[in-house]
Amino acid sequence: MSHDEPLLQIHELDACYGPIQALHQVSLSIAPGEIVTLIGANGAGKSTLLMSLFGDPPPARGWIRYQGHDITGLPTHEIARRGIAQAPEGRRIFASMSVEENLLMGAIPVGMEHMDADLIKVFELFPRLKERRNQRAGTLSGGEQQMLAIGRALMSRPQLLLLDEPSLGLAPLMVQRIFATIREIRDSGATIFLVEQNAHHALKLAQRGYVLVNGEIRLSGTGEELLANPEVRRAYLGGRG
Amino acid sequence: MSPTSKVHWNLVVRQAVLEAAAAFVLALLLLGPIVGLVLDGYQVQNELQRPLLIAAIIAAGRFLVTLALQTSIGQAVLERFNARRRQPGVLVVSASESDRQRWWLLIMVVVSLSVPFLASKYWLTVLIQAMIYVLLGLGLNIVVGLAGLLDLGYVAFYAVGAYGLALGAQYLDLGFWSALPLAAMLAALFGGVLGFPVLRMHGDYLAIVTLGFGEIIRLVLNNWLEFTGGPNGVSAPAPQLFGLEFTRTARDGGMPFHEYFQISYDPLHRFIFIYLALFLIVCLMVVVVTRLRNMPVGRAWEALREDEIACRALGINHVLVKLSAFMMGATVGGIAGVFFATYQGFINPMSFNFFESALIVAIVVLGGLGSTTGVIVAAVVLTILPELLRAFADYRVFTFGVLMVLMMIWRPRGLMRPRRRAFEVKGLCR
Repeated sequence: MSHDEPLLQIHELDACYGPIQALHQVSLSIAPGEIVTLIGANGAGKSTLLMSLFGDPPPARGWIRYQGHDITGLPTHEIARRGIAQAPEGRRIFASMSVEENLLMGAIPVGMEHMDADLIKVFELFPRLKERRNQRAGTLSGGEQQMLAIGRALMSRPQLLLLDEPSLGLAPLMVQRIFATIREIRDSGATIFLVEQNAHHALKLAQRGYVLVNGEIRLSGTGEELLANPEVRRAYLGGRG
Repeated sequence: MSPTSKVHWNLVVRQAVLEAAAAFVLALLLLGPIVGLVLDGYQVQNELQRPLLIAAIIAAGRFLVTLALQTSIGQAVLERFNARRRQPGVLVVSASESDRQRWWLLIMVVVSLSVPFLASKYWLTVLIQAMIYVLLGLGLNIVVGLAGLLDLGYVAFYAVGAYGLALGAQYLDLGFWSALPLAAMLAALFGGVLGFPVLRMHGDYLAIVTLGFGEIIRLVLNNWLEFTGGPNGVSAPAPQLFGLEFTRTARDGGMPFHEYFQISYDPLHRFIFIYLALFLIVCLMVVVVTRLRNMPVGRAWEALREDEIACRALGINHVLVKLSAFMMGATVGGIAGVFFATYQGFINPMSFNFFESALIVAIVVLGGLGSTTGVIVAAVVLTILPELLRAFADYRVFTFGVLMVLMMIWRPRGLMRPRRRAFEVKGLCR
């Protein structure tokens, strides 16, 4: 794969829930090593885009290429086995299993051979999880659960990590910690696609960003450009433009 | 005794008396109509002394329990009990605690192995039944307890196993040991055939379809006269030990067990042999289930119960994983069926009605979904208790109901909570 070729390319993607079209001709691309963010209001279709990328709902039109291969319409679990991992919206951890078991579940796409080493890495990234590794995941705080969801995704050694609103419902201090960790993960070589409502934090962290409005990509540009854009400031950053 | 503690003690006794009185009234209200009025022909007889006696016993018990809970020992017990309740779900056991439990395991194995040589024939048959239910409970526990798929037609696989042995012997001339793996595979096949279309459904819908499947199997067995013998049933062969038969005289050209070992004939030998073989299979099953739970597939079963969408996003093929749980459960059910058939010597479709399915589900739920120890205890209790209470056979279902209600109040998650060993990851110092 050449360096110019994007890791992930989405081309004119439409997605529908029954008769309702949720995404309209969404196109975007992510190059290896980037942090790309997608911001948008509630109901703009951010999570739908991530779900559709994972095959549920399957794309109605358009295509998705990952590492040069067409992955449009593959079943969810096949996509997950190709090196894309997701920390889904609402975290979706396995509440009655222990923290460690949750992490081990994440290793399923790559098998058991690197499991111990990867576990150590995740524990280095989130020392909190190491302290609580034998605790039931349901008893963790919201921030710790988010760490667990990210850690679980990392256990599959992903080339591309999808994060769906990691800051949702967290205390400001915890939000900062999560964003610092995302930067650390990027520095270790992963590519990150970050879907966020917290536009300020996300745009400061990301190299590039897209703005999704009513299922369409309205704006795109580098993080700084978007942060300075009056429309973005008015709609997402509480500024007066 | 200091004055303050005396005042405290007075208060405690007062409270105990009040609670005992309340328990007395409640027991009287509840039991009065059930126990006190006896239908004799067309006449209703008044036997109020019976509920009064029972209520008095209950009140006395309540009084003593309240007093006992106020002592320091009682407080400690209460505290431990509450601490366990506060932390729901899985109990993670440290390695040292788990090692201590090994002694219990050893004692249990020794007791289980020596029991058949001491028990009478009647108790031996009861124990064999208990073992069969343990096996059924373990099998269904994989499906319901671990994978979270409510299967109300589990008895179907039990029937497939039992008829697999009986019909295999009748038509294909199979013996017990050759039929055992074949019947288990047949049950697994049935599990796969049922599971594949059905496992896309969730919760209640799955329960209804499996319930229907259980009935279909029973009705087919009942009505396909030419093949299964219908309600007349079929006879099933007795097990052999390396060609030795457990009969008084050799039937199939083999040699009777007692002649080979030069001992006098005893029909007990057959039951002891079935019991020991069953015990071996149960032990094997426990080991297999325990190992599976620490393997990716076992974890995937439990994770699927928790969150299917998350599982798919982690690269798990949810249909295959569910199917594996279903087929694994069916296999165990089939093995239990083979043992049931050989122990009974004769089977008919009456043995595989919905009540059996309900009983097995009750064993799994009472035992604690996902807990191996709990399921074993529940299976043994639910098969032995009715035998112990034969004198009170009229109250059997009543006792069953009371047991269920009590469980719901005090042990909503079953007798034993699922527990698992804490992981020891190599290279992680701590």
